[in-house]
Amino acid sequence: MTYTIPEVHWESILPVIIVISTGVLALILEMLRPKQNNNGVVLVSLVGLIAAMAFLVPQIGSESIESFGAMVFRDGVSVILQIILVGACFLTFCFSEGYLREKRIPFAEFYPLALWATSGAMLMVLTNSLMMLFIGLEVMSIALYCLSGMAKNELRSEESAMKYFLLGAFASAFLLFGMAFVYGATGSLSLSAVSETLTFHMDDMGVIMMLGVGLILVGFCFKASLVPFHQWTPDVYQGAPTNVTAFMSAIAKIAAFGALYRVLAGAFPLMDFWFPLLVMVAIVTMTVGNLAALVQQDVKRTLGYSAIAQAGYLLVALLSHFRNPEAVSLNATLYYLLVYSTMTLGAFAVISMVARQGREGTRLRDLNGLWSRSPLAAVALAFCMLSLIGIPPTAGFVGKLFIFNDALAAGLPLLAIALAVNSVISVFYYLGIMKAAFVTDENLPQGESAPAHVGMGFVLSFSVVAMIGFAVFVAPVSQVFSRATGDITSYEVEIPEPDPDAASPAAASLSAN
Amino acid sequence: MEATGFGVLSLLLAVPLVGILVLLFLPEDFHPVIRTVAMVFSLIAFGVSLVVYAAFQPETYHFQLVERMDWIPALGIQYQLGIDGLSLWLVLLTTFMTVIASWASFSIKEKVRGYYICLFLLQMALLGVFMSLDLILIYVFFELSLVPIYFLIAVWGGANKTYAANKFLIYTFAASIFMLVGMVMLSQLHLEAIGTRSFDLLAIQGAVANGTLWAGAMQLQPLIFWAFMLAFMVKTPMFPFHTWLPDAYSNAPAPAMIMIAALPVKMGSYGILRLLLPLFPDTLQRYIPLLLGLAIVAIIYGAVVAAVQPDLKKLIGYSSVAHMGFVTLGIFSLTHTGMMGGSYQQLNHGISTGLLFLMVLFVAQRLKTTDFSHLGGLKKRMPLFSVIFLIAMLSGVGMPGTNGFVGEFLALMGAFESTRTNQFGLNIWFSVVAGTGVFLAAVYQLYMFQQTFYGKPKTVMISRLKDLKTGEVVLASTLILFIFWGGLYPSTFLKPLEQSVGATRMMSLNPAGQRPSWNDLTLELDEDGNLVRVAPRVRNGDLAAFEVTEMVFEDRKHYPFPPEADAPPEFASAQPGGES
Repeated sequence: MTYTIPEVHWESILPVIIVISTGVLALILEMLRPKQNNNGVVLVSLVGLIAAMAFLVPQIGSESIESFGAMVFRDGVSVILQIILVGACFLTFCFSEGYLREKRIPFAEFYPLALWATSGAMLMVLTNSLMMLFIGLEVMSIALYCLSGMAKNELRSEESAMKYFLLGAFASAFLLFGMAFVYGATGSLSLSAVSETLTFHMDDMGVIMMLGVGLILVGFCFKASLVPFHQWTPDVYQGAPTNVTAFMSAIAKIAAFGALYRVLAGAFPLMDFWFPLLVMVAIVTMTVGNLAALVQQDVKRTLGYSAIAQAGYLLVALLSHFRNPEAVSLNATLYYLLVYSTMTLGAFAVISMVARQGREGTRLRDLNGLWSRSPLAAVALAFCMLSLIGIPPTAGFVGKLFIFNDALAAGLPLLAIALAVNSVISVFYYLGIMKAAFVTDENLPQGESAPAHVGMGFVLSFSVVAMIGFAVFVAPVSQVFSRATGDITSYEVEIPEPDPDAASPAAASLSAN
Repeated sequence: MEATGFGVLSLLLAVPLVGILVLLFLPEDFHPVIRTVAMVFSLIAFGVSLVVYAAFQPETYHFQLVERMDWIPALGIQYQLGIDGLSLWLVLLTTFMTVIASWASFSIKEKVRGYYICLFLLQMALLGVFMSLDLILIYVFFELSLVPIYFLIAVWGGANKTYAANKFLIYTFAASIFMLVGMVMLSQLHLEAIGTRSFDLLAIQGAVANGTLWAGAMQLQPLIFWAFMLAFMVKTPMFPFHTWLPDAYSNAPAPAMIMIAALPVKMGSYGILRLLLPLFPDTLQRYIPLLLGLAIVAIIYGAVVAAVQPDLKKLIGYSSVAHMGFVTLGIFSLTHTGMMGGSYQQLNHGISTGLLFLMVLFVAQRLKTTDFSHLGGLKKRMPLFSVIFLIAMLSGVGMPGTNGFVGEFLALMGAFESTRTNQFGLNIWFSVVAGTGVFLAAVYQLYMFQQTFYGKPKTVMISRLKDLKTGEVVLASTLILFIFWGGLYPSTFLKPLEQSVGATRMMSLNPAGQRPSWNDLTLELDEDGNLVRVAPRVRNGDLAAFEVTEMVFEDRKHYPFPPEADAPPEFASAQPGGES
């Protein structure tokens, strides 16, 4: 037996390496210059992210590559998701410094940890192997646990870190357990092997694979904060420092949906099993998220529940794609992820401005009179809220239009109607936030907010421009997505012998469509 | 169809947008400059709309000045604009009322820049709705209009502003999101029937006209119909979805109300004419008694409730419910007369309500209240004001000589024609009950006038009032001009409506295959209102002169069907020469 060195394709992994090493560099820099301001660290981190972006963008549209012994799998989806991840991290860094100073959090390790969390998330979307998925998830999660607790003087922050860690560890255990089942059944950690096994050995492997896939889904549903695995979300969103909440809401969601996509693609032959379950999950997630958000008083908590609801919308897009991959492309999912990360970052950036003098300002009344104090922030908040509701001409509207279209094209009118009803419910609390910023209530004391510094100004203007720009120039954006993912039209494994009975029921019903 | 470049309609849409951008770069506290810039841009927009009017050809029902560009090609969504007779007047009304509102808004003292940005955003959204020819584009502007109105009420509004603004936005958003689902379903049906994905109104209506769109999906038609209808019912507003309106009207800032009262409700009635009638002919005919009944309820209910309102603004709000009831009454009578009246009444309601709210603004500026308990006896102090108010009021009552008379009379006449012949299961009582609305309108309008102008002044402030200034009189008399013009020589306004209304009516009444199609330029209405086939022409070319080659469907202009027929007759039996 000869051992062959696995093929190595550096280009695909280079952005991840850049992000990791930027994190190391940032950490060293921070250690070399104790008691100094963090400007250098921020600068290095931003340059590193730009470099990673520069290597990612040319990869759009290049062909799918499996390297490092099938540990790394780069295709269009992973390139796009990595770009969104790096962009989200970049935006977070732009506005974080002002907030950290205002909150007096002497925690420059924020930058390296966030970079490593990003690299973990990038790994999660850059692989088809269960092992790498798990490693990426843990790299991301552990960094996020630390970050949630970085406001060491605040009980809430500590609580959120603890909660996130304990529940996250549980979810990881489920995930690992499920992976063990899958490995036991297939003898392989690759998700493509999973779908092969399922296609050819459905009869003898069906039950154990169902168990394995089900447990894996539990793990990722937790990370994507889908009901009934969502309980950590509002607590962690509320307790974590606002810039971490912003970061987490974007990064964790993108990575979780990237991973969910891979797992579902691998488990495609089992569609009969997971599809109805996830349809239920999607409906319940949207509804629970929106209804619970209605009664919240704390803006961050409201946005936490809104993140749950939005995860439901994303799941609708993903499910529509899997229902009919030939007719429904992945564009809606990718576009909505892009838009969602931008609007949630923008919203949290505004919330972070309200923090003053070491105190968090997250109640609705802290936003009182924001418009008079900082018009740009209020306008950015309004754009983000309108986009989260889905009111044109914002990008959130176009995203929702895509999802409606996909759900109806895939023959899932129930999901489309559930989404419409939920959009209506969501108006109430998003409007509440918008109103708090614009309508000055003279009976309440005027809140305070930090002046917008350069980075914050950039983030705010970017979110305003992006909310309009992504909508008006949706054609070029979706063209990029189509270039990257246009070849994904089927998840069925090629069946050698022409025997129609061998195809799984799901595949058969699919071809009937 | 091939893409064209930007044209005059895009220019019209761009004027308020440029205005917004210019305002954004002006310093916040420089009020005179902001006001001047706002005035200039509203006048430019009005000027451009006059250019559109000059270029308009009233001899055809087809869309003119059409501009088309791809927006989201993957879903077949286009940026497509065009106007016909129905939209022409609403476009002109929008730009005209913006000028009036911008002028009247000089009284706004705080956050002036933001205020004018909202006003221009509203103007742009309205123009967009009235000119768009793509379902998604219509929806985009339809929803975009919520944003400026929300902020106008929530930021510059009155005592109960937050409640009113939230109610307004939630109501209208809740209704229209289902319209979006309906639109996507329509494009899905277009995909199944024609093979291409499209939100193009022309293409979808073309497929409805020749019967292919609904051929395999008739069971879906009522579903999508109600998804659309709900949105328009809330917007118009029709009973029982009108409750947002009095709250919004009484809490919005008075100068902005000139625009908010005159225009956004027209999106509902315009939507009914533009989308509902042409796209869902079969379901529409089935529900005519219900829809007509709701219109009548709105007329009566609006009038009765208006008569007991303690506040001037609220009273006008409920009177708007009643007036829009006449609009929908005319439209749903599905007679040529009634539909002409309904579409004309849209315009009249805009002008007379705009003028009434201008009057309200003058009162509110002087007395800081519009509550009847603080008014009274104004006639003695402000004779000129009371005359103008009286004119606005009489136009609302439908006094002969004012535009309101023409619109209401035609709408009632149409309802009478339709009910007299027992079409769609209607009977004569529909029009009898609707007719009482005119009388009820006189009741509440006179009550309003009496409470405001006669009796003893209820506050000391009134005895110190001065009459209108010259500027205010000039502002009001521009609107009064149109009230009398529309009442004494209505053909200026009715002529351009003729072809579009006729075509819309045939789209909703004729059997598939014999309906006018927006997509098919070889179809045209001749001067008698018959659908004829004509020699091929080019879009955006000269559509006024056409060469008739064949009769497609002969129309009886004044009755939906021959009046002697009791049962709904067969369309095919319509013989040439049966003009009645």
